[in-house]
Amino acid sequence: MPLDVDAVVVSNTHLSNDYNVLVLAAPAVASQVQPGQFVMVKPGVGDDPLLRRPFSVFEVLRDDARVTGLSLLNKRVGVTTRMLFALTPGDRIRCLGPLGRPFSVTEPPERAWMVAGGVGLAPFATLAAALRERNVKTTLFYGGRSATDLFHLDEFRQRGVSLTLATDDGSRGVQGNVTVPLARAFCDADRATPIRVYACGPTAMMRAVTELAATHGRAIEVSLEQVMGCGLGGCYSCVIPVQRDSGPARLVRSCLDGPVFDGGTVVWEQLG
Amino acid sequence: MSVDLSVDIAGLHLRNPFIAASGCFGYGVEYADLVDLSTLGGVAVKGLFLDAREGHPPTRIVETPSGMLNAIGLQGIGVRRFVAEKLPLLRAHGAVVIVNICGSTIDEYAEVARILDDADGVGALEVNISCPNIKKGGMMFGCSLQGTRDVVAAVRRVTRRPVIPKLTPNVTDVASFAAAARDAGADAVSLVNTFLAMAIDVETRRPKLSNVVGGLSGPAIRPIAVRMVHECRQAVDLPIIGMGGIMTTGDALEFIIAGATAVQVGTANFVDPFIWNKLVTGLTDYLQRHGLATVSDLVGTLDITDRDTVWTSS
Ligand SMILES: Cc1cc2nc3c(=O)[nH]c(=O)nc-3n(C[C@H](O)[C@H](O)[C@H](O)COP(=O)(O)O)c2cc1C
Repeated sequence: MPLDVDAVVVSNTHLSNDYNVLVLAAPAVASQVQPGQFVMVKPGVGDDPLLRRPFSVFEVLRDDARVTGLSLLNKRVGVTTRMLFALTPGDRIRCLGPLGRPFSVTEPPERAWMVAGGVGLAPFATLAAALRERNVKTTLFYGGRSATDLFHLDEFRQRGVSLTLATDDGSRGVQGNVTVPLARAFCDADRATPIRVYACGPTAMMRAVTELAATHGRAIEVSLEQVMGCGLGGCYSCVIPVQRDSGPARLVRSCLDGPVFDGGTVVWEQLG
Repeated sequence: MSVDLSVDIAGLHLRNPFIAASGCFGYGVEYADLVDLSTLGGVAVKGLFLDAREGHPPTRIVETPSGMLNAIGLQGIGVRRFVAEKLPLLRAHGAVVIVNICGSTIDEYAEVARILDDADGVGALEVNISCPNIKKGGMMFGCSLQGTRDVVAAVRRVTRRPVIPKLTPNVTDVASFAAAARDAGADAVSLVNTFLAMAIDVETRRPKLSNVVGGLSGPAIRPIAVRMVHECRQAVDLPIIGMGGIMTTGDALEFIIAGATAVQVGTANFVDPFIWNKLVTGLTDYLQRHGLATVSDLVGTLDITDRDTVWTSS
């Protein structure tokens, strides 16, 4: 059951000039989070900016076994993300959640390939933790502009995740899009080993990953980012064109039916 | 002192004057886990045509200073599926249901109204002649006095339910539209729907909405909406449901004092889905503080003695 809390900012760690990790004391929300779910947050109490913004839950934080809060991975791009970048410990923000349909966490013998582009890394920390609990062999394919845009690599390694990195400028890992090493891995993978692919990042990247997965006959789930009004199914703003059977594509609300979709059902050419 | 928040409007009894605005609360059932729907004055559901509609492609909303533009395009399941699937749930939750009805033609409005007249659990029909972002129907009727009269009369003929036309603010003299609605048999009017508006991405020189234009809602429109409620109240003897940018009890009070018997809250519900309790508490406090026993003691009590109103439209 989603809750709306006035969450205290515990810490705000700037990872670079654009990226930060914001830790919120929101245990009642955090303890319900499943991998891939999101929260609607609003820093500030005024009317401008007015609406909340959706954010994937990055980490669920624990003190021993007790859940203490959650974190958000933020990239400074617009008004709200600039405010989130500038928050200091003790500040409060509204945090409503958890919301949305989570990833389906696979079980062995299936392997998990998580494919992240930029801030699309956000849903994969909680997914990696859930996969680890189930002893699923997991690889993270992670792309960014340059080495300084790749974060939390040690944390993923500590969770037993194998890393394959790519940067636009070649400063770390393979030079080029993350789909370059991914395509190679698809070709090299043993046909008999079942693999489930999870992707989050720019739309063009998720589309390319979905096409690769289809070519190689692998299951794929994508976490889509769409402009959202309410996060609760009230406004019909965040629709995604989806085709689940024959007949025309349907526009479905990504806050309720997503943000996680079977990549094969998304009608990418209509997604804009 | 105990106060009575209930109001009667157009033959409807509402527990309190706070109604969820159409298009901002889905079909109501989406919120049933979060909010006790029976504690709202009413629920105005998403606009319904006869058949299902897909609406406009995304991008459907964009935020603007203290407001937002939307061009949803009235995506919906159609009135028959609504009656079969949603209405029974709304009744079970104890909601007072106001059904927002749409049509591309006058016949379609009448057909939708007729179907709802046969259904159990419909409190009133809010006739949407004011949607600013669809090609046929909507504002096309609401921007013409004759269109307004024709739609309202056609709906009036086929229903026993209260008929509440929802007026557009995209006209010069909204009070004349309230008068036209009254003459055609309306029981009340609701106003305002959104203001036709536009936002442009200057880097790409493309409109920010896929539909190019959309409707502006939220706090940015509130003062204009209050003025329009005031004008209707002064000119026409017909109950009013007021709305436009209500975020707090104080905002709602402006509408009530200007002459609205009930109010709707749309965009604010996106920001705070738990707003309803706060509005009820705030109104109770206000009435107690001012020694008023009922909401109707407050409706239309604007004091403009010694103030000249100069209409600038001529
Ligand atoms: C996303 C969105 C969808 C809407 N859909 C409808 C609709 O289906 N029918 C209708 O009569 N009004 C619709 N409206 C208008 C609202 O009901 C209301 O009249 C308007 O938003 C002003 O109130 P507010 O500022 O409190 O939102 C919609 C508004 C928004 C923001």
